[in-house]
Amino acid sequence: MSLNILVLAKQVPDTRNVGKDAMTAEGTVNRAVLPAIFNPEDLNALEQALRLKDQHPGSTVTVLTMGPFRAAEIIREALYRGADKGYVLSDRAFAGSDTLATSYALSCAIRNLKNIDLIVCGRQAIDGDTAQVGPQVAEKLGMAQITYVEEIQSVANGIIHVKRRVEKGIEMLEGKLPMVVTINGSAPACRPRNAKLLMKYKYARIPNELQVSNEDYTTLCNNRDFLNIGEWNANDIVCDANELGLSGSPTKVKKIENIVFQAKESKRMTDSDTEIECLIQELISNHTIG
Amino acid sequence: MNNLFVYCEIEDGIIGDVSLELLTKGRSLANQLKCKLEAITIGHKLTGIEEQLFPYGVDVLHIADDSRLAPYTTLPHASILIKLFQEEKPQIALMGATSVGRDLGPRVSSALHSGLTADCTALEIGSHEDKKAGKIYENLLYQIRPAFGGNIVATIINPDCRPQMATVREGVMKKELYDIHYKGTINKLNVADYVSDTDFVVSVIERHMEKSKINIKSAPIIVSGGYGMGSKEGFQLLFDFASVIGAEVGASRAAVDAGFAEHARQIGQTGVTVRPKLYIACGISGQIQHIAGMQESSLIIAINNDPEAPVNAIADYVITGDVETVIPKLIKYYKKNSK
Repeated sequence: MSLNILVLAKQVPDTRNVGKDAMTAEGTVNRAVLPAIFNPEDLNALEQALRLKDQHPGSTVTVLTMGPFRAAEIIREALYRGADKGYVLSDRAFAGSDTLATSYALSCAIRNLKNIDLIVCGRQAIDGDTAQVGPQVAEKLGMAQITYVEEIQSVANGIIHVKRRVEKGIEMLEGKLPMVVTINGSAPACRPRNAKLLMKYKYARIPNELQVSNEDYTTLCNNRDFLNIGEWNANDIVCDANELGLSGSPTKVKKIENIVFQAKESKRMTDSDTEIECLIQELISNHTIG
Repeated sequence: MNNLFVYCEIEDGIIGDVSLELLTKGRSLANQLKCKLEAITIGHKLTGIEEQLFPYGVDVLHIADDSRLAPYTTLPHASILIKLFQEEKPQIALMGATSVGRDLGPRVSSALHSGLTADCTALEIGSHEDKKAGKIYENLLYQIRPAFGGNIVATIINPDCRPQMATVREGVMKKELYDIHYKGTINKLNVADYVSDTDFVVSVIERHMEKSKINIKSAPIIVSGGYGMGSKEGFQLLFDFASVIGAEVGASRAAVDAGFAEHARQIGQTGVTVRPKLYIACGISGQIQHIAGMQESSLIIAINNDPEAPVNAIADYVITGDVETVIPKLIKYYKKNSK
């Protein structure tokens, strides 16, 4: 049985390797110095989708991302690894979306895609760490959900079996498709880029990139349809404009602060034997240890 | 109506610590707001569960007891909360930032179109002025959480939508009994009114849960290692040291990401928050997200070869040197002096 699988992915600033220059003097985030990457757990999700495609010949893996036009970079990244088709959902109307407005826009876009059997996405994105968009998309589409999944074990006759990794152990679950499954970072890493696919999709572009690009791939993309990455804005999806962006977001940011810790007066020591023995004696005598 | 609700997690008939911590926080917020504290338990064989909950100051306990409701699956629990919240119109709903709360919360918030803030590290009551609309909101829940990998802290509010929903990780709030003789009332829900057959499309076939052997949350002394420990083998030095002085071993996110230690040992915003009497940070530079999880320790010793490491600013003792040199010396002189 072939499957129609959708992967939801996000391009995120790499908050894991934040250096000293990541914050500006004014205390705001200096996005320019943080590289934009494929959200790590979304890559784990892509791998699960590709494994299903390997097991079920004739299946298709479509990738949908919401973000600025440059997010087309992660669609290409997914195509290099084996995805079949990608869409970038981008509009200024989405700016300021919280998780609820984001999941609303995504769910409207997903309705453009017919007959989706399974939606997979990373458990959470590293810039927000909320883990909310997957379950909220599921609710808006009226689909069931299973989160924190480490492995999709099988899909057969509309039934999915998964292994779920939770705090104190694992759970095996079974559910009926269609369904949203969110994938944990403990799942297998995504396969590397495939050299042939890299050659094939190197010039894949969204229309916006074709307009602004200095290199003109328009003719190439016209001749080879697989190079066209879909680009949707708010007019391409059936939605209520009030539910988008800031106006569709029940949560508001009241304030943002740089974290400043109260510095203590520290006692500075070297690693000399005398000083360390002295410290140990002090800790023992005041009953901190021993 | 308009009370504060806490969704309580149950494992083997025992209410989870995270839920008791939230009830403690919820009780003090409810006192401040002059509203009631209500708890919801959903599961099976819940007879007597109120004995665990009332001492935390629960005024009303809603119980949904049905064999199909345990173990946890998303849809039936979500359906119960959604309908109950539509009936009771809570102003605030709290749940643990666990694999249950983080699965359930977004589903419920989406259905109710209410705002949800994940992984809050502080909850406060305050006001808000919307200058554009010329409106002043009183008694809003300030949902304070780290953002952007822990580099900034954001205060989030939900001015217009109810309930104001938030999840909080285990160990972030303190658990304290309110009054061991406190008695609330019980509201047994007729489960059939709240769930439908279509809520049972997902089922749990097997579960393998282990009692965690690692308990860094309640350890009085923690020896914690960072990326500076260099390797998984380097961490062995910390285990040796910890066993000598009777401590538990913790780790920073960088060390866990690098595979030096298991996730259960992670201390910080994305791990556990700890408050031991002694915290020894070894080879930890002290990223904000780590410091936030250990700054309330009574005494902090930092061992680092970088004299400028951020962790040094909050440490009581700073030992500048290689961990490979310093830790064996600490072990040696502890053994010598403790006899």
